[in-house]
This record gives sequence, C-alpha cells and structure tokens, in this order.
Amino acid sequence: MINNEQNQHVLSVSQLSCRQSSQFQLRDISFNIPKGCCAGIIGPNGSGKTTLLKAITGYIPSKSGTIQYCNHAIESYSKQALSKEIAIVLQSTELDQSMHVEDYILLGRNPYRKRWQFWESEEDVHIAETVMKITQIESLRYRQLNALSGGEKQLVRIARALAQEPNLFLLDEPTNHLDIAHQLQILTLLNRLQRQKNMSIMIVLHDLNLASEFCDQLILMENGKIFKMGKAKDVLTYQNIESVYHTLVIEGENPISKKPYVFLVSEDNLKKSMPQS
Amino acid sequence: MNQKAIKFWIILSILLIILAGVCMIALAMGTMNISVDKLFWILLNQIDSTEYTILMQIRLPRILVGIAVGGALSLSGVILQAVFRNPLVEPYTLGISGGAALGVSISIVFSLNQSYALSLPFFGMIGAGCVILAIYCLNAFGVVQNVQRLLLIGVMISFISNSLFMLIISLSKSEQMHSIMFWTMGSLEEPNQMLVYCLLIISLLGCLITSIYSVDLNVLSLGEADAFHLGIHVERVRNILLFLASILTGFCVSISGIIGFVGLVVPHFVRLFLGSDHRTVVIASYITGAIFIILCDLLARTLISPMELPVGIVTGLVGGLIFIYALVNK
Repeated sequence: MINNEQNQHVLSVSQLSCRQSSQFQLRDISFNIPKGCCAGIIGPNGSGKTTLLKAITGYIPSKSGTIQYCNHAIESYSKQALSKEIAIVLQSTELDQSMHVEDYILLGRNPYRKRWQFWESEEDVHIAETVMKITQIESLRYRQLNALSGGEKQLVRIARALAQEPNLFLLDEPTNHLDIAHQLQILTLLNRLQRQKNMSIMIVLHDLNLASEFCDQLILMENGKIFKMGKAKDVLTYQNIESVYHTLVIEGENPISKKPYVFLVSEDNLKKSMPQS
Repeated sequence: MNQKAIKFWIILSILLIILAGVCMIALAMGTMNISVDKLFWILLNQIDSTEYTILMQIRLPRILVGIAVGGALSLSGVILQAVFRNPLVEPYTLGISGGAALGVSISIVFSLNQSYALSLPFFGMIGAGCVILAIYCLNAFGVVQNVQRLLLIGVMISFISNSLFMLIISLSKSEQMHSIMFWTMGSLEEPNQMLVYCLLIISLLGCLITSIYSVDLNVLSLGEADAFHLGIHVERVRNILLFLASILTGFCVSISGIIGFVGLVVPHFVRLFLGSDHRTVVIASYITGAIFIILCDLLARTLISPMELPVGIVTGLVGGLIFIYALVNK
C-alpha cells in the first residue's frame, strides 16, 4: 500500500477486476492514493493503464472489487457529483471542432449546471478565465479548436478538465506527441496545481524518466495487473523494467534532482561496446 | 445579461422577422397574386370571399406544413449529426423514410387507402414506426453495442426497405406507380386540417424538447467518453433525442413525402454562419429550415404555374446550389 492511513486516502481501490467478453483487462488491482499525491502509472502498451483510469471513473464497469473515493463507494455518487470531484483528460479526445477555446473550456462547467440552466453563470465565466490564466492560454481564448497546435490542444484539454474544479485529476498520456518544452510545461503545471490546490493526480506516462522526476509514487503495470508500486527508486530498478518491458536498461541518477534515471540500451550497441573476445 | 444570450435573442428575432416576411409573401403569391396590403384587408374583412377561402384553406395550411416539416427535418438533422458526430448523417439515413415509403406504396398498391381520408399518412407512419421499432429492438437486445453500429444498422435497414419499395413499384400498375412516385417526390399539400395542426404541434414540441437538451448536445459533440465524464447520462440523452428525431422524421415523411436535403444542408448552413453552439443552432436551424422549405414550395408553385413541381426537387436543386455557393465564399 502506498499509504496506510485510511482517512487520508482520496482514492482506495481494492481487488478491482474488469473483464470484457472472456478477456480480463484488469485483474486484482489494489492501491490507495493519499490526498495531494501525484501517482504515475507506467507499463507497456496494452498493460491496462488507460482501462484503469476509465474504471476509476466508472466509464468501464468493474466485474469485482471496490473503488472508494473519499471513503465512499464510487457508485454512491451521482454522475454529476462525481464529475465535480474527478476530472479526466483522455488521450482519445479529438479537438477537431470549430468551437472556440473559451466555449470548450466552459463545457467543463457542465457538472455545475442546474437542470433548467441555459446560459453559463458569471461564476462559470470567471472560473473559465482563471483556468485559462493558470494554464497560460488566455491568448487562445477566441481561437477555434481545429486551428490549435498539438501542445496548445493539450493545454486546452487540461484547462477544460480544471474548470470542473476536481480534487482528483486523472490524465492519460498528456505528454504524448509533444516536444520536450511542452512536456516540461505541462508536468510543471500539474506539479504546481498539486502543491497549490493540494490536488491528487494520477497520470499515465510512457516516459519513465519524466515519471520518476514528477511523480511521488509509481504504479508499474503488466498484463492488467500491478507488477510493482512504490517510490521511483523502488520501482524503476533494472530488474523490474527488464522483466516488464523485456528491454535492457541501465539505472542512473538525475544529477540535479537525484531521482532515478533510466538509460535505454539497444542490444546492438551493447554488442558493439563489448570488447572482442 | 450574458453576451451569448443577447446574441441568441438577436438571431432569434431576425430569423422570426424573416420567417414572418416569407410567410406573407407565400400567402400573397400563387396562381392568383394578391398584394400584401390587400391581404390584410381580405383576412380581416372579407371572410366570405373566394380569396379568403384560397388563403385560409389552401395557402395557410401549406405554409403551416412547410414550417412544421422544414423545422422538424432540420431539427432531426441537427440531432443526428451531433449524436453520431458525423456531418453526413441526415434524417433519412436511419431508414425511416424508406420504411414510410414502403408503407405508403403498400397502401397504394393494395388499395388500402380508399376507405379513410387519413390512410396515406397513416400507412406511412406505420412503415416509419416499424423501422424505428426495429432499430430500438436491436438496440434494446444489445445487438447494437455502440452508436456507430446503430448508424450502420440504420443504413442497412434503409437499403432493405428501399429495395422492397422498388420491388413493389416494379410489380405495380402504371397509375399506381404514378401516385407512388408523386408521393415520393414530396409535397406540402395536406387536405386534412386536423393533421396539419397535429404535425405543427408535434414539430414545435420537438423544437422545445431539443432546445432543453441543447447544452447536452454541446457536451455530446465532444464524444461519448468526455460527455460521460462531464456528468451527462449519455445513454439516456441519446435515446431520448434519437427517438425524438425518428418520430419527427416519421411524421414529416408520412405527411409530406420525401423532401430531401433539408435535414442535411440546413444545419450545416446554420453552423457555417452562426457557429457550433447548439443553443443557437437548434432554434436557428428550425426557423431556417421552415423559411427554406416555404421559399422552395413558393418556387415549386409559381415557376411553371398553374402546374406545380414536386417540392423535393426544388429543395435539392436550390439547396445544393446555395450551399456550394456559401461553402466556396466562406
């Protein structure tokens, strides 16, 4: 368990299994996320990372096990109440509409809409402005979504989710297809939100070094199961990585942050560097 | 007041004024032209005149059918394009028109429509209803797992009913074939006044319900997963709106035949000029659809007067040309 103090947990997942047709997508998943923690989910393609995020929100129904948010079963929350607490940024969201950025972000206020409310309240507009400021996209306010670059789109997606004012923020590979500057920008922003708003974050990342750098805890997944979880130094060992990814790596350390750093090694290069016998 | 709300009311007012103007012109013009100032005078003072009968018994019901059908078909187009997130879907894609056409052709061929005045639209509705029922049964029994499969099944049902329709035509006598073909090409003429008012009320109710769900449509247009995570009951909202679109289309097709293009083009046209916010698009499409179809019917009535063209042909021709022009220039 990542944290043993039950009351501090924002999310507790216990023996969760999800199955689609005859195939298990998640098997016997158990973990706790303390409040204000940034947990990174890592693992090879198809290991169930995205499924886990979608199962937490109830989008993919679970077959067995329990998911508790703030000590209450996730099913006890109404859909609207849950979307005020948990926001998710999905990888699959396509922003190809001609909608304006501001209108898109205002859709994030939908969970707060009353049944017969037709127009956004002043508070909604104010919150949309605030999240645009936090994510530094004020200049994009009146731009159309389909005219944005990849990095801008990702920031806009994050801003829309932040407009939900979540306490638990789930992100599925938010740094995909982005250059290093945008990757750093997004992860720094998330770390700032985590500190300032005491927000809990679960983030799926492919880059092990980014995960090591920005996450407090890591969950390493393999074939729908948790292979290992804990601090980066315990998870990112060459034995763990080699057995899950079937890839050679060398462990190292980031000279500035002193956090674990993983060097990839191609077998061809390894052979070349070996002295001829 | 919210800036968007102000914009909404301005657009609504302008469109309503245009609609009123178009209705007036459509009342005044026809085989017998009446000037607009005389129009009011006849309507207020000459209740017993022939002109009054023409205006109230022939032209007004046609305009009301035009408003109901144009509005309802555009509305269905807006709903279906948002729910399926596919810009090429239109009210006839789900096979509802095919079902209605089949019902009508069966009633003509087997001479079932001679005993009751209502029977042609009645059989159309039965045909459309069967298709709606088939789609919903497949949906309810879990055959349809996602919305794209639902769309594919709709397209297949459309092909099947169209083939059956063709089969019936090929087996029918020539005068029967003529009446089936004339119905297929669409007309706003409906002699039964009660049916006209029924259609109008259903169509306006549809507009009201869709407007209530317009914010949900905005969220749904982001995709199923995102809508779910924004607190929308995706399945429930989708089923209500699809059912509404089917009912509206079924009624329209049964009464006015197949009037193509309106449901496909009007929502696009409105989005091109007014943006993609469904709060505006829903109501603007309804009124624009009504204006468009009344104008097309006016052309159909007056172009080769006293003969009359089927309105479906005019909507296709005029709609297509205007849309290409707008697309090229915007």
